[in-house]
Amino acid sequence: MQEIIKVLVEKYGIKPIHSRSESKVFITIEKEHLPDALSWLRDFAGFTHLAFITAVDYPEIEKIQITYLVHNHTIHSDLGLRVLLDRQNPEMISVHKLWYAVATYQRELREMFGINFPGSPRLEENFALEGWDDIPPMRRDFDTKEYSDKTYFPRPGRKTYDPREYMKQKLYPDHKEEK
Amino acid sequence: MNSDRSKFPPVIDGKAQFDLDSGKYLKVWQGPQHPGVTGNMALELIVSGDEIVDLTTHVGYLHRGFEKLMERRRYIQCFPIVCRICVPEPDTNEYLLAACAEELADIEIPEKAKWLRTLDLELSRLASFLMWIGGQGGAFGMGTVAQWAIAQRDFVLDLFEELTGGRIYHMYIIPGGVRDDLPSGWDKRLEDLLVKTEKLLKEIEIVLFNNVIFKMRANDLGVITPDMVDKYGIVGPNARAAGLARDIRKDEPYLIYDKLDFEVITRDYSDAYNRTYLRWQEMWQSIDLIRQIMANMPSSNDYHRNLPNVLNWKIPAGETYLKAESTRGEYGYYMVSDGSGYPRRVYVRGPSYTHAMVLLEHLAVNVNIADMAGLMVSLHTYPPEIER
Repeated sequence: MQEIIKVLVEKYGIKPIHSRSESKVFITIEKEHLPDALSWLRDFAGFTHLAFITAVDYPEIEKIQITYLVHNHTIHSDLGLRVLLDRQNPEMISVHKLWYAVATYQRELREMFGINFPGSPRLEENFALEGWDDIPPMRRDFDTKEYSDKTYFPRPGRKTYDPREYMKQKLYPDHKEEK
Repeated sequence: MNSDRSKFPPVIDGKAQFDLDSGKYLKVWQGPQHPGVTGNMALELIVSGDEIVDLTTHVGYLHRGFEKLMERRRYIQCFPIVCRICVPEPDTNEYLLAACAEELADIEIPEKAKWLRTLDLELSRLASFLMWIGGQGGAFGMGTVAQWAIAQRDFVLDLFEELTGGRIYHMYIIPGGVRDDLPSGWDKRLEDLLVKTEKLLKEIEIVLFNNVIFKMRANDLGVITPDMVDKYGIVGPNARAAGLARDIRKDEPYLIYDKLDFEVITRDYSDAYNRTYLRWQEMWQSIDLIRQIMANMPSSNDYHRNLPNVLNWKIPAGETYLKAESTRGEYGYYMVSDGSGYPRRVYVRGPSYTHAMVLLEHLAVNVNIADMAGLMVSLHTYPPEIER
C-alpha cells in the first residue's frame, strides 16, 4: 500500500493523505488527474473493485467533495480518492468507461447533489425522485422540514395540539395552574 | 430457450435496437407492486414472444431519505433509522454505524460485546437467508418451501425478541457495546432452534434441490462469469459462486471472526442453481458459527462500556469506511464527521446497488418472463439499499 501511495504522490503531487490504518487511506487529488489515477489503480495497482462513489457537501467552504473508494482484493486495502469541486457549478469528468456501475452512481449524484457529469449515459433520467423541481435534496441547504411543511401541510381538517398541554388536560383535567 | 435469434432486434453498442411501434415487441412492467419483486422496484421489460430482449430497472418507490434524515439527527437517534434500510437483516446496519462512530471517536469495546455482536450478526444472517430461500422457492412456484422457511424465520425472530426486545428491528448494537447480556436459558432455546433449522434445511434440500422443475429452470439461468465480477461490482455469494473466494469475514476479519473456524464456500459456476445451493451451504455455516460463538462466549458480564450522555456526544472530525459481510455481500458505511454532534454525511453502500441495476439489466436479456422473478431473487436484491 505504501508503495502505491508513493507512486501516486510522485505522479500527481498529492498532499493531504489521511491514513486511518495501514489498509485504509484517503487522499485528495486534482479533478483533472482523477480518471488517469483511477485507470492506473484499476489496471496496474490491483484496485479492481469499485466500492462506491458518493459526495459530501461543504457549503461553508463552497465546495462539494466526491469520494471514489476502490478496493484491492490481493492486499485487502481500501483507497479513497477525494475530489473537491466548486459548489456553484459542480462538474466532474465522467469515468463511466471504467466500471459499468459508475453511470448509476453518477446519475444518482446528479439528482441528489446537482453534480454534472458530461457524457455519462442516461444522466438526465430520474433516479429515485420523479418530477423533482426543488434544489438537489442532498445539498446541506435543502431544508427537509420546510419542504415537508410547504408540500404536505396544512391538511384541511387537521388539528394539532401541544403535546405537553394536551396530555396534561387528558390526565389531570381538574388541575389548575397555581398563580 | 429459443435458439433462433432472427426475430430478435439487432444489438448495437450493447443495447438492443427495437421499435415498439413495429408490433414485434411488447413492453411489460413487472413491479413495482409485484409479489415476485424483492421489494418495491419496477422492471420495464421489452419482450419478444415471452423472452426478454431488454430490461430497465426503475427505483424510487422506497426512497425515504435515510441519509438525509441522519444529517439532522444525533448519532444515537440514527439507530432507529439505519435498521430500516434492510428489513430482513437490520443488524449489519446497526453494527456498521456503531463501529464507524467508535472508530472516529477511538472507543474500544469490551471483549464480551464483540462476541455478542458477532452472535447477533450471524443470527441475523441466518434469518435473512431463511427469508431469502423462501422467496427463491416461491419465485419458482414452490410455495411450500416459502411457507416452511418464513415460519422458521419467525422462530428466529422470537429469539431476537427475547434478546433485544424487538422482532424485526433490534437496535441491539449501540456505540460502546450492546444493550444487554444474554437472557437466562436463551442458549438452550437457541440450540433447540438450530436443531430444528438443520432439520428444515435437510428437508429443503430434498424438496428444492432435487426438484426437477427447479433444476431445469434454475440451471444456466443468469450466469455470472469470473471476469464479470469486478466490472459489474459483484460481491458476496454471487461472486463466490463464480469461484472467487472473497469473504470479508475471512479477508479482513472484524469483531471476533478471526477466532472462529470456517472456510469460505465457493462454487465453480455462478448460475441461479449454484447460487441457491451456495447460500444453502452458508446457512449451515452460519449455524456452525453460532454454535462456535456460544461454546466460546466469555463468561464476564461486561457487555457495554460506560459512555457520557448520548445527547452530548461529539464525534471528532474525520472520515472512515467500514464494511461487513452481509448475506448479499459487502455492506459498507462511509461516515464523515465534522466534529459536531451530528454526522456530516453517512453513506450506505448496499450490495444491491450494483446487483439489481446494471447486473440484472445485463443478465435479464434472453431470459423467459416467467423466470425473471427467480433470476432476481437468485441475485438476492433489496431495493431499499439502492435508494436509501
